[in-house]
Amino acid sequence: MSTPAAITRPAAERTDRIDLLLAASPPRRRAGALAASATFGRRAMLKIKHDPKQLVDSIAIPILFTVLFTYLFGGALGGSPGDYLTMLLPGTLSMSIAIVTMYGGARLAKDVTTGAFDRFRSLSVWRGAFVLGGLLSDAARYLFASAMVVLLGLAMGYRPEGGAPGVLAAVALVVAFGLSLSLLWAAVALLVPDQGVVISIANLVLMPLSFASNIFVQPSTMPGWLQAVVEVNPLSHVATAARELMNGGAGTGAVTWSLVATAVIAGVCAPLDLHLYGRRG
Amino acid sequence: MSKNSMGRDHPAIEAYGLVKVYGENRALDGIDLTVRRGQVFGFLGPNGAGKTTTIRILATLTRPDGGTARVLGHDLIGERDAIRARSAVTGQFAALDDDLTGYENLSILGRLHGLSGAAVRRRADDLLDAFELAGAAGRPVGGYSGGMRRRLDIAAGLIVTPDLLFLDEPTTGLDPRSRNQVWELVRRIAEAGTTVLLTTQYLEEADQLAEQIAVIDHGRIVAEGTSAQLKSRVGSGTLHVRLLDGEQRPRARQVLAGALDGTVRPAADPLTLSVLLPAPADATDVGRLVGQAMTMLAEARVAVAEVTLGQPSLDEAFLALTGHPAGPAPTDHEDVNA
Repeated sequence: MSTPAAITRPAAERTDRIDLLLAASPPRRRAGALAASATFGRRAMLKIKHDPKQLVDSIAIPILFTVLFTYLFGGALGGSPGDYLTMLLPGTLSMSIAIVTMYGGARLAKDVTTGAFDRFRSLSVWRGAFVLGGLLSDAARYLFASAMVVLLGLAMGYRPEGGAPGVLAAVALVVAFGLSLSLLWAAVALLVPDQGVVISIANLVLMPLSFASNIFVQPSTMPGWLQAVVEVNPLSHVATAARELMNGGAGTGAVTWSLVATAVIAGVCAPLDLHLYGRRG
Repeated sequence: MSKNSMGRDHPAIEAYGLVKVYGENRALDGIDLTVRRGQVFGFLGPNGAGKTTTIRILATLTRPDGGTARVLGHDLIGERDAIRARSAVTGQFAALDDDLTGYENLSILGRLHGLSGAAVRRRADDLLDAFELAGAAGRPVGGYSGGMRRRLDIAAGLIVTPDLLFLDEPTTGLDPRSRNQVWELVRRIAEAGTTVLLTTQYLEEADQLAEQIAVIDHGRIVAEGTSAQLKSRVGSGTLHVRLLDGEQRPRARQVLAGALDGTVRPAADPLTLSVLLPAPADATDVGRLVGQAMTMLAEARVAVAEVTLGQPSLDEAFLALTGHPAGPAPTDHEDVNA
């Protein structure tokens, strides 16, 4: 029901206000590309503010993975927790961020199904703004999740030899890779606007990427064909790069491969997203 | 009813042969449409007739599979951005963010319209105030009633007063009072010079608001004209006969069917019969026909309490034009979100 004021206020006064409002329209001006992107980022932040449980995934998964994998695989690796955290934590970081990327795609699918997406598309706004704004809020989410993993690792005894610069570089690399995955799930969400389907497809891709990798197990223990898979798995390279950066003694190989993988995924998916954004329906 | 923007030579909307195909289904099967500037144009049809698809195409949200259109003088395909800048979309498919407050919804859309922080605040406050939503401005939209929601939806379309407003089923699901409020809003918007294209499945709504009505069914426009023109295409009017004694209704029905070349239908009221009179007929013709019918009723000893001759309702027009009844009347709906 409407507010009581709707009944008490005289109809004439009400309609006069609306006439004034229509006459006193602000000038028509196109929002700048960056301002529009920032607005979409702000929208995502407001949504988290009103519904903080949206962040549960981004908190729970890093905590769960870090604790679980440390104690589950730690024993098999031998040594003190500090020792095997050296091996595991950068991998857990890479995997946690990769997994939480799928929720951005799911939210986009929801925007498409509720119609919010169409309202934004009906505006004269740079079409990249919606995607870029989503990336801004995703970046904040991934940084938050990274901080959870690193802080938890430190609390459990992890001492990165790469120091703060190494850890920050590793987080930057992992977040960048995560953002390229965001662009991939955005394309999936625009093609199949169904939250459940987006999550399923992302899981189908991310689970094999996470486990057929060098995150938990040395590839030398695997059969040859699986080693070949691990070799081409971009998440292996990201995990290796994060390991090297965090533990000092980074070679350029894994870092380069990670950046190339990130650039390739983003380079394919970003134009695809823009195309799908314009074309949908 | 509305101001006509003279001196602009092109109509607000000109569409030729719009086609949209979804798989096997031709959702739009050649729609031609001309909407004058400043006009309220009603697109009337049942669910699934193609109303929303037409609006989505004209609002540049969906690409047509065939046909051309110019909206506000701009080409539908080549100048989408110009159309988007000058039009606004509200209604069924243009949703608000449920988890954000009313103010936040307007504020985000205001910024996307290029307004600065201060201008956004002023416009959002003015809109919320004028639309009787100031008290609910800080509450998440998910908790709004259907009427409040629809008002916010329309307000969101007026952040910058558009030249063309698309309203997709603006009162579907609203209670009668909320519906009347929305109708009043639409009238004010049209009087201020904005062209309004609205879709509705309610004949009464088209009758109340639209100067020009297109009736759409199965992706085709089956009739177009003013409300009066559509009604006159159906027949010269409807004769309502109320009897003193309901027992006599079957006999009266038989007599009237013989006297008048029209369909006789018993009304819900057990004493009343309605006859859809055939077209064309001038006034004297109708008078003579009705006079004869009354004489025959008297001869058959059927006592008549009241005789009225009215224009056919748009409902009857719809039935005659499409061969099936339109959707339910708005009063049959409860405000589901209340």
